[in-house]
Amino acid sequence: MTAARARAFDAAVCLLLLFMPFWMGAIGGYTELATRIVVMGLAAMSLNFLLGFTGVLSFGHAAYFGLGAYGAAMGIKYLGAGTIPAMGLGIVVATLAAMAIGALIVRRRGVYFAMVTIAFGQVFYFLAFRWNSVTGGDDGLTGWHRLPINFGFATLDIFGNDKAFYYFALAVFAVCVAAMAKLIDSPFGRSLTAIRENERRARFLGVPIEFHIWLSFVISCLFVSVAGALYALLNNFTDPRALRFDLSGNLVIMAVLGGMRSFWGPLIGAAIFVALQDYVSSRTENWMSVIGLVFVLVVRFFPRGVLGMLRSGAKA
Amino acid sequence: MTQVVLFNVFNGLIVGAFYALMALGLSLILNLSGVINFAHGGFLALGAYLAFTLIPFIGFWGALIVAPLLTAALGLVIERLLIRPLYGGDPLYGLLLTFGLAYIFEDATRFIWGAQSLPFQLPAFLTTSLSSQFFFVTGYRVFMIVIVVAAVGGLFAVLNYTRLGMRIRAGTRDLDTVSTLGVNVRVLRSLNFGIGIYMAGLAGVLAAGLLGLSPTIGANLIMPSFVAIIVGGLGSLLGTLLGGLMIGVASGLAAVYFPSATEAVIYVMMGLVLLIRPRGLLGEEGRVH
Repeated sequence: MTAARARAFDAAVCLLLLFMPFWMGAIGGYTELATRIVVMGLAAMSLNFLLGFTGVLSFGHAAYFGLGAYGAAMGIKYLGAGTIPAMGLGIVVATLAAMAIGALIVRRRGVYFAMVTIAFGQVFYFLAFRWNSVTGGDDGLTGWHRLPINFGFATLDIFGNDKAFYYFALAVFAVCVAAMAKLIDSPFGRSLTAIRENERRARFLGVPIEFHIWLSFVISCLFVSVAGALYALLNNFTDPRALRFDLSGNLVIMAVLGGMRSFWGPLIGAAIFVALQDYVSSRTENWMSVIGLVFVLVVRFFPRGVLGMLRSGAKA
Repeated sequence: MTQVVLFNVFNGLIVGAFYALMALGLSLILNLSGVINFAHGGFLALGAYLAFTLIPFIGFWGALIVAPLLTAALGLVIERLLIRPLYGGDPLYGLLLTFGLAYIFEDATRFIWGAQSLPFQLPAFLTTSLSSQFFFVTGYRVFMIVIVVAAVGGLFAVLNYTRLGMRIRAGTRDLDTVSTLGVNVRVLRSLNFGIGIYMAGLAGVLAAGLLGLSPTIGANLIMPSFVAIIVGGLGSLLGTLLGGLMIGVASGLAAVYFPSATEAVIYVMMGLVLLIRPRGLLGEEGRVH
């Protein structure tokens, strides 16, 4: 894509997002669905920071998503924190966990990295599942809800008004996505791409590979936990499924479905996936088969995703 | 107290034997083809349910033989149609495809056999207790151990003493050379996949007798199998076996002393292994990628 076309594409995405609650209704959606797309889009784009731009296959991002969700929920329920401090708590907890686990796994590569991340993800699932008195166990954490945000001069009622919450989520999304774009464009981001393309060559050029992968992992988990915190706020609820490995797999397929070599790809993948899941699960009990089929079809026929296909179509 | 501890260690060994049986199949496929078969748990569930359906017709013993074979046959079909085109590509795609297959398997199991747990009929003499003092040593558990030992022994015998086994082991080291020497690598990978799935089907029949049937039976066993492989060391089947038994016993012991950590303890073990000995207990140096 030329620079001008890329800028036009960025602008189009921004416009679509800015007015999503308004055009969503016209195509049979609803505001909460729009918010879910933005939140899962952020999660998938965060995962893609590691997957697409560093070339490291993590299959355990649900853990950090879920830690963000539980952190935010517990902050509000137990500490009486406001919405934003509670989100901060979730993000800090998830990022600390990512720093510790990242240090253990950073030397693994490829399939092995994937396997280790999947397995580690399950620790937090069982913690949430078993630690009934604090986490609510399998039933999830209820009895709390997101709180209006008081800016001093004005109050944003994100609890009563679902459009207000959408724009709150979109603002958070925008900050995170801008930060990631900035990072990808920085020398650090270029080194990550170099690692993806040829790790050995990058090492010879003096890039500290392990540290870069670790940092990329931590950054990716940090942003995924922001999405997790938003997700808990969106539902006014969280349960162990926010931590379970199937969510990790869903995030990966969102990134691949949209196109993991492009910046906006995962957002598009998330939009398709979330809308499809919403539609299919309201139509049939066997939605799992449909989702499974999506995985199989994407892998067999669209391995480069929607944007990857469009791009190669434009070239040809 | 001793009895409780013994009971849980014994239980842990049995559960560990399951993990090992699952993990050995996973390991075989991973080592030769570089695919993490996420649908392995789905194949396990299929083996269990097939046995359930077959028992009224051919009895428990017939089902024990036929169900894993049918599972392996389906595995061969899926390998041929869906997985073979992915060999040699980015491991991401194999993982995603089998992940989707796992969804389909679980849903199909629920669709065909229902979401409720089903009772699994065992021959009467297997369910009696062998000792009044050690009530937990039922005939079925002893029988299970015998079958697992036979299956694992059989696998290692095939790998070490048959031409197919030698080719699999050689292919694990260097598939290109094996191919250059005139071995049909596609057939080799298919057979290897079939053996792995057979192990999953067998584990399924045995698991059904111990845990009963439910559509999530496979999903619950697959994560510990990953841990068994990592703890034992990638690339070493003996390590996988050892890893499975160890984490089984560890979770059995945790069930006595820290019941709430029954599941989490195996992940702690994995963390410790990665910290102290990153290549796993018996993993070979330089094969950790």
